[in-house]
Amino acid sequence: MGWDWNYAIAILPEMLGALRVTIEITLLGSLVALVLGLVIAVVRRARIPVVDQLLWAFVEFVRSTPLLVQVFFLFFVLPRFGIVLGAFAVGVIALGVHYATYTSEVYRAGIDAVPRGQWEAAAALSLPQSRVWTGVILPQAVPRVLPALGNYVISMFKEVPLLLGIGVVEVVNKAKELSSETFRPIEPYTIAGLLFLALSLPASILVRRLERRRAAV
Amino acid sequence: MENLPRIVAVLLDGVPETVIAAAGGILLTILLAFSAGLALLSEHRLLRAISRTYVEFFRGTSEVVQLFWIYFVLPVLVGIQLLPLFAGVVVLGLNHGAYGAEIVRGAVSSVPKAQVEGAKALSFSPRDIRWRVVMPQAVLEMLPSFNNLFIQLLKSTAILSFIVVSEVTERGVQVLVPNFGDDIVLIFVLMLLIYLVLAVLITAVMRWLERIGARRLGRRPSASARTAAVAAAH
Repeated sequence: MGWDWNYAIAILPEMLGALRVTIEITLLGSLVALVLGLVIAVVRRARIPVVDQLLWAFVEFVRSTPLLVQVFFLFFVLPRFGIVLGAFAVGVIALGVHYATYTSEVYRAGIDAVPRGQWEAAAALSLPQSRVWTGVILPQAVPRVLPALGNYVISMFKEVPLLLGIGVVEVVNKAKELSSETFRPIEPYTIAGLLFLALSLPASILVRRLERRRAAV
Repeated sequence: MENLPRIVAVLLDGVPETVIAAAGGILLTILLAFSAGLALLSEHRLLRAISRTYVEFFRGTSEVVQLFWIYFVLPVLVGIQLLPLFAGVVVLGLNHGAYGAEIVRGAVSSVPKAQVEGAKALSFSPRDIRWRVVMPQAVLEMLPSFNNLFIQLLKSTAILSFIVVSEVTERGVQVLVPNFGDDIVLIFVLMLLIYLVLAVLITAVMRWLERIGARRLGRRPSASARTAAVAAAH
């Protein structure tokens, strides 16, 4: 059984439709990860007793255990507490929370890299705390870590197929469906791989270019 | 709670497969990371091109696609059906080996040039320069990154449940969830704890290797260890 171009072209529209789902989940998941990660980093910076230790434990626990198990956990456990969400939403939340633990560390490094003098100057001007963050610290900390955040968005894109475990029809699940309907696995899975390459290679090149420009400044 | 012993027994039943997958994956990762990483630094353009293609290809596609490709497509193309666990080890190794290659390349090129010049001045052979001067320092540099990579690999073993390897995740989701629905929170907490313990074990081994490596190179403890010691003394 070799490569069949007619079949490959015939299934392409459906594969592209599934790619769209994958991209939507990546974008929404990234939004959760970027916002929640920032919140975790800023709250941890305040070093509130107990809250800080709890957040630390949460971040370490989530980072050290498989995303797939966390996906199943949310999928099976949330309904027990009366929270009934579709597989798509569970996927966005699981990816978003998992990656928030990564991005919180990235933000932390960025915040730590802002010179002490900036904090002192902001305090000397008696800026309110919210202005210190939004007007002084974050505008310096966030651009520095953009390449690292970009890399995590690309990683997340490649982890979306884990959601086939809970029935989300993303690219790989679509390939699985097609190959079990037609008994031809070669074309669907190869196209799935190529679609990932086609998006993540240019994205990585973009991030690397951003990185180099930051390094040059 | 009365089901606790049975739940624990079923999950522990999956531990050997998870450990074999992780250990096999780690061995293959080390092998591929060093081969591809050193090839990336080679003077031969062809070798560099092959290695670069391997690295970009495996870093650019999803691990699940790689797994399904090797498990479902390869048999149709070449007639070789891999055993699920073996297919899993191969994919875990190929995928993480590509990331490891960049770690090896980075660490080897970060060894100060003066080390090589010094060794040349002492008329070390090129072979000795590579293996007795550059590599020992580079390997020590790589250990923390490899620690992270191995933990990623351990977490990735969960995807083997997709091709029905009876590892911890498969045991939990396919066997326990349908049968012990009332203890669902307990099942997941225990599953996550098993992975956490394995991750802590990996970190402990890597830290131990770091300490041995630092001692053998005659290095002082790391900066953070020094700060801790100073803080303790005050």
